[in-house]
Amino acid sequence: MLHFLLSLAIATAPSAKPSAKPSATMARIPAGSYQPLYGTIGGAPVAVTSFWLDREPVTRGEYLEFVKRSPAWRRGEVRPLFAGAGYLSAWRGDIDAGDATDRRRPVTEISWFAAKAYCESKGKRLPTVDEWEYAASASETRATVGRDAGFIRRILALYAARPSDGILPPVGGGFRNVYGVRDMHGLAWEWTLDFNDVMVSDDSRESGSAAGGRDHKLFCASAAIGASDPSNYPAFMRYAFRAGLTGRSTARTLGFRCAAGGAAS
Amino acid sequence: MTSPRIHLPAPFPLSKIVLVSAIAVATLTAATTVAWRGLPSFTARNAAGIPVRAANDKIVGEEVAVLTQAPDVPPPITRSYSTKVIVNLEVIEKPMRLADSVEYTMWTFGGSVPGRFIRVREGDLVEFHLKNAPNSTMPHNIDLHAVTGPGGGAKASLTVPGGESVFSFTAMNPGLFVYHCATSPVPMHMANGMYGMILVEPKGGLPKVDREFYVMQSEFYTKGRYGEHGMQMLDMDKGIDEKPTYVVFNGAVAALTGDRALQAKVGDRVRLFVGNAGPNLTSSFHVIGEIFDNVYSEGGSSVGEHNVGTTSIPAGGSTIVEFGVEQPGDLVLVDHAIFRAFNKGTLGILHVSGDENAKVFAAIKGIGVTAKGGE
Repeated sequence: MLHFLLSLAIATAPSAKPSAKPSATMARIPAGSYQPLYGTIGGAPVAVTSFWLDREPVTRGEYLEFVKRSPAWRRGEVRPLFAGAGYLSAWRGDIDAGDATDRRRPVTEISWFAAKAYCESKGKRLPTVDEWEYAASASETRATVGRDAGFIRRILALYAARPSDGILPPVGGGFRNVYGVRDMHGLAWEWTLDFNDVMVSDDSRESGSAAGGRDHKLFCASAAIGASDPSNYPAFMRYAFRAGLTGRSTARTLGFRCAAGGAAS
Repeated sequence: MTSPRIHLPAPFPLSKIVLVSAIAVATLTAATTVAWRGLPSFTARNAAGIPVRAANDKIVGEEVAVLTQAPDVPPPITRSYSTKVIVNLEVIEKPMRLADSVEYTMWTFGGSVPGRFIRVREGDLVEFHLKNAPNSTMPHNIDLHAVTGPGGGAKASLTVPGGESVFSFTAMNPGLFVYHCATSPVPMHMANGMYGMILVEPKGGLPKVDREFYVMQSEFYTKGRYGEHGMQMLDMDKGIDEKPTYVVFNGAVAALTGDRALQAKVGDRVRLFVGNAGPNLTSSFHVIGEIFDNVYSEGGSSVGEHNVGTTSIPAGGSTIVEFGVEQPGDLVLVDHAIFRAFNKGTLGILHVSGDENAKVFAAIKGIGVTAKGGE
């Protein structure tokens, strides 16, 4: 059922054309390639065409403006099919996202359906896993350091330093990568368009056991089999998080940002 | 249907064994109404003596499992029938004491390291509810080594923060089993404290003892050196190199010493349920000043050895040891890979109170001998 809905949602999504001119809040990510943790035959790098990506995660304040315009996505109105019980549960009210500081925090407790609807309302879309991972593998000064041991340890330290009380700091505090994108690491996990490609894609045969067995890989030690870099713990953490999600999942540490342009538009 | 009562000549010809196996399968699959009790004699006669179990005990009633924090153990099971046991366990991530003035953000099963002790009976149908606290930063799941099924339950229990997963299994094999989180990257989840134990009591129960304790050894790999103050975090490289900063019992240095020492009295029969979470090292478990009368080797359901000084516990494994305490004093639990005990924290105390018995032990002459003849 969910599979059907997700397929439908993707199939019927309006072709999300970016606004004629993406605003200053988006950064252009140039074409390139990166090495995904899983999924390519022979471990070949995956090519990513150029696209636009929000410089910062979507904030509570921005999402508040959206729900003011779109009552169907208010906490009290949203259809349970599209968002779990935790949807926006930290908010004071349906259209009260807290004080000025709260409104600068990344919006979390948000479902995939809701994140997708928000992006579409802006003429944007969610980034794909490949786009997200590719953009996230950049440091302040270099584009693809994703497999650099020092970078991996630094990201792991950022993940480990996340607050354990579930309250995330305002956006903009993380490092700004070479593309001008902030907070890819160390603030919130982020939704991707194809967060669970076993669910939303029918081409898993094409990738053989690499993709078809992806969910198997993320629940035990066999996760290391077929991974391009078994020491890339931060990537395992991200893939495992995605593997645990359904389209209506929400979590206090899960937010999103939007993308535009590129192959998925 | 061919009668399962086949008498095999010895040595068994291979063809006969294959035939017998085929009949066994046919019997089990086709004749679901055939009572299991018709088969043991047959099973006993098969070449390897390996039962293929059928989880078909009659389940009577339902109860919620009592879970305990180490070193406590839930009370022995007095039931003589199988029941449905509901286990409610919540994963909580929180900063906890690793040593004096040393904190570490532990990922826990039930708010403590090691995780809550679960006690069920062979044949019970366990309905497992795994929750992940809303404040968690990670998804988690559980792999119970007592489970026959995909990932030991891990595949069915991947749970995002704020979520809950439910799965059920029949505890078919008696024994003491480790459970742990198996979410990728598994070594990280285990190195952060995600392990505990489940005891599946054999149908006849375990022999009565006076004291039961839950002790679990594990390693921590921290950026800072041993004893370095402040909040510590995982050092992945030390983990990969298998060079722990800490090797401890029950989740922290000195979790079983001083006021927290285990307590017994002279004359008590003591049973220790001992686990080793690893993630890397094998434990050479020893209690200084005591001899294990019984060892259920590797946590199996029967006593494999008597009169053992040191027994090894593999990573992800367990053992049950039993002994009577005959002399007062402090018995010292160690991993006898002794640098770990001396420099990394693998020490615990079992304090035995009561009267001395000079026949058991007496200091006669030398440094430390007092007029009283004792310490």
